[in-house]
Parts: sequence; structure tokens; C-alpha cells
Amino acid sequence: MSGAAVTIRRLERSFGGNAVLNGVDLDVAPGEFVSLIGASGVGKSTLLKIVAGLDEATAGILRVDAGTKRPEVRMMFQEDRLLPWRTVLGNVVLGTRGREADGAEILHAVGLGERGDDYPAVLSGGQRQRAALARALLHQPDLLLLDEPFGALDALTRAAMQELLSSLLRQSPRTVLLVTHDVDEALLLSDRVIVMRAGRIARSLALPGPRPRPRGDAELARLKEELIGSLLHDEGTADTDKPRRVKRELQPHT
Amino acid sequence: MTDAVDKTAPARIVEQQERVPGLLRSVGWHLLPWLLPFVLLVLWHWSAVSGHLNRSVLPGPLDVVDVAISLIERGQLQHHLIVSLRRVAVGFGLGAVTGLALGIVVGLSTTARQFADLTIQMVRTVPHLALVPLMIFWFGIGEEPRVLLVALGVVFSVYINTVSGIRSVDPKLVEMGRSYGLTKPQLIWSIILPGALQQILTGIRYALGVAWLTLVVAETIASREGLGFLVQDARELLRLDVIVLVILIYAAAGWLADLLTRSIEARLLSWHPSYSSRAARS
Repeated sequence: MSGAAVTIRRLERSFGGNAVLNGVDLDVAPGEFVSLIGASGVGKSTLLKIVAGLDEATAGILRVDAGTKRPEVRMMFQEDRLLPWRTVLGNVVLGTRGREADGAEILHAVGLGERGDDYPAVLSGGQRQRAALARALLHQPDLLLLDEPFGALDALTRAAMQELLSSLLRQSPRTVLLVTHDVDEALLLSDRVIVMRAGRIARSLALPGPRPRPRGDAELARLKEELIGSLLHDEGTADTDKPRRVKRELQPHT
Repeated sequence: MTDAVDKTAPARIVEQQERVPGLLRSVGWHLLPWLLPFVLLVLWHWSAVSGHLNRSVLPGPLDVVDVAISLIERGQLQHHLIVSLRRVAVGFGLGAVTGLALGIVVGLSTTARQFADLTIQMVRTVPHLALVPLMIFWFGIGEEPRVLLVALGVVFSVYINTVSGIRSVDPKLVEMGRSYGLTKPQLIWSIILPGALQQILTGIRYALGVAWLTLVVAETIASREGLGFLVQDARELLRLDVIVLVILIYAAAGWLADLLTRSIEARLLSWHPSYSSRAARS
């Protein structure tokens, strides 16, 4: 399996005395797809940002190892973060030189072969996320970090993007860390689901069989119930910024 | 979703074209903004020839055209116009470049902002036209005080808009750029400056207006050439027609400058949905 190995030990991050990450230990094998789920504010995105190098840990060890070479780490965000003043192709090849041909090829792979010369403003939300995915993949990242990349899309587009991502990963495997709120998405795409709680890893659940998994499988349905159960357990303890209405809806089930 | 929009949009356009005779409507639409100036001009002319308007109060449009022709024949109008344009161009260039450079440095560096912004804001509160006597005292009545005054008028509006444009660039885009390994110069060139461009151009457009205004004042003081001199000279000779002519030239020049910056804006911001017909379609 190609891709980087990630080693995280006792990782801590606090903002002004407020501990967001509180001793995270995590090992990700090369080529493994790991999903991080958990209530809002438990530090999933902070962990991802630290791995991406966009934030610094207060304490602890983070190692991203891609063998002899320097690991390529690329991140995809919930918003497409395309530069509106660059064409789609210009966005994909951002920061590179003379890679327009590769960029066009990758755009083709994500189904935007014809849209390279358009500005992002004329694309739909799903198309923009495709372009953002193409931009991340151009660098052949050893480690792909996905911060709720499909969270803002409608259900159909999200399903299409999930299909696309898993088929692209089948063609060229790489290590992936996905932060998501969507338990189904985590179960569908990943090898392992990590549940975070109060800045720590609360559970690590290895999923059976190869991915992507068939939707509607009985074993998966059972795992989903279990994961949702352990997520609901968190509501009220770690949740700080979720709307109150959601809390009330959920509480009767616990 | 876009596909659906793309299918409906052309259909709607076709519908509109069928409803009205296209060419006639389009020509009328483009002439509409000129209707009011034309009516005013006709009214002005009619008042002048019918005697409703005393020519010692306001000369008619034909008088203005006559004096323009005679001034052009003597080569005076071109000469003074070029002198004035040169002053505006040099002063504006000087001020815009300085304002842009200062604005970029202060916009990008928190340290520079902490160090210089207060001072610049304090200096900015001085009305630059209040410096006219000081300028004349320092530089005499040559070209320098006029050009410097124009530059002073321009520098702050470019500076303020550049700083605030840079500061308002979406931090999420900057974060994306950093995670994609852009170097600092690449970050500035590919993300920060394009992101600030719209506001920088707004500042430049405003500054162009200030530049003309400053020139009018700067040229009326102890000047020997330029449009402002022409006005002063005409005032002393009671030549109302020349005064009106120069005022109209000021107006036309300001309008042309605005047109020019607008077309530059449309070009540089063609990606922007509100500037591009292509992007605005969907």
C-alpha cells in the first residue's frame, strides 16, 4: 500500500488555557482510510489542522512518514476554497509550474474535463468540490486530509462525490484522514472509524471487509447504531456550539 | 443544478428577443442615457438664442463652441490642456504608486501597521488643500507644488483602500494557499493582491476624482499655464465663454477618466460575477 504512515503521541492543543486536544494517540497505517467522528467541538478539525501543518500542537509528537521522500500532505475543506479569480484549471495547478496537462487530466478524472476554462462562479457546489478534489490530487498526496468535504452538499451530490472519491482511491491508494459528521459516510468510505470525545480518542472501530462497503448491509447497520449510540453519549458533555434544537430532539433516545 | 440553470437561461433570453423588435430596442436602450443631456443642451441653446438667458450671465452653447474653435486655432487650448493633463498624470502616478506601496506594506505586515498606521491616519486628517500656502512657500510657484498637491490628494485614498482590501481577503483562502505550500511571494501574488484588487480599484477611481479637484485648485493659484490659468485669465478679461468651456473640459476629462478606470476594472475583474456577463449568466 502506498501512502504515508501517521504517528501521533500524546498530542495536546490548548487555546488560552482551554484544552481542545487532550492527549491524542493515533496510528494510521500507509494506505489506510481513517474517519474521525464526534460531536462538534471535540477537536476533530483541530487535529486535522495540526496534521496539515496549519496549526501547531502545544505538546506531543506528530510524525508523517512517507519513506525516503518528504511526505506530500494536501487538505480539502468543507468550503471549496477555490480562488474566484482563477479558472478551474488555474485553481487546480495553483502553486505549480508547467503542470497544465496533468491538471487537465485530473479534471477529466473528476468529471470536469470540459470546465477547465470556466471560472468557479459558474460551477455548481458539487462541481466546485470536484475541482477542489482535483486540486488536492494533483500533488499525488501521500496523505489526504478531508475536513467535512461533502458536508455542505445535497444528499445526491454527496453520494456521487463519495463514489468518485472511493473510485479514485481504488486507482491510486493513499492514506486518508476524514473528519465527518456523517456516520454513514464514515462507514461507507473508511477502514477504521475513530470516535473523539473531549479532545481524546474514545473509540477505535475497525470495519470489516474492503471499502467501499455496500450501502444497507446488516452488519453496517448494527455498527451504525452502535456508533450513533456512543456519539449521543457525548451530547451535553462536549457539545458547545450545536443548536439547542438538535439536542432536544436527540435526548429522548438516550 | 447548474445544468438546469444553463438550460433555462438561454430559453429566457430567446423569449425576450421575440417579444420586442431587437435592434431598435437595443439602440434605444443605449441612447437613453444621452436623452437628458441632449434635452438640457437644447434648452440651454434655446434660452440663449431666444434672449431668455443674458449672455453676460451665461453664454450659449454656440458661443462656447466658437471660443473653443478660436482657442484651438491659436494652439492655446491644446497647450494648456496638455500641461494640465501632464500635472494630473505625474501627480496621480506619484500618489498612486506611493499609496499602493505603503498600503501593501501596512496591509501585509502587522508590525508595519502597528508602527505606521496611526501616523498616516493623523496626517490624513489634514485637508491637503490647506497645504497650498505652505507648498508655495517651500517650492515657489513652479510645477512642484501643483504636482505634489495632486499626489497628496491621491495617496491616502489609494492607501486606505489598499490596506482595507488586503485586510478583507478571505483568511480561508490564505489558509488554503498555505496548506498548498505557496511561498510568501506566491501567496501575495496569487491570493492576497487579486483578493484585494476590487477595493484597490475603487480607491484608484475615487483618487482620480480627487486628483482633478486638486488640480483645479492648484492651477488657479499663481499659474502661468494650464486650464486653471486659462480660467483665471478669462475671469480677469471677463470672458465667460472661456470659463464655461474650461468647466466643460474638466467635466469631460473626469468622465473620460472614470470610463477608463471602469473598463480597466471590467477587464481585471472579469472573473467577478458582477463584472462578467459570462459569469453572471448562471
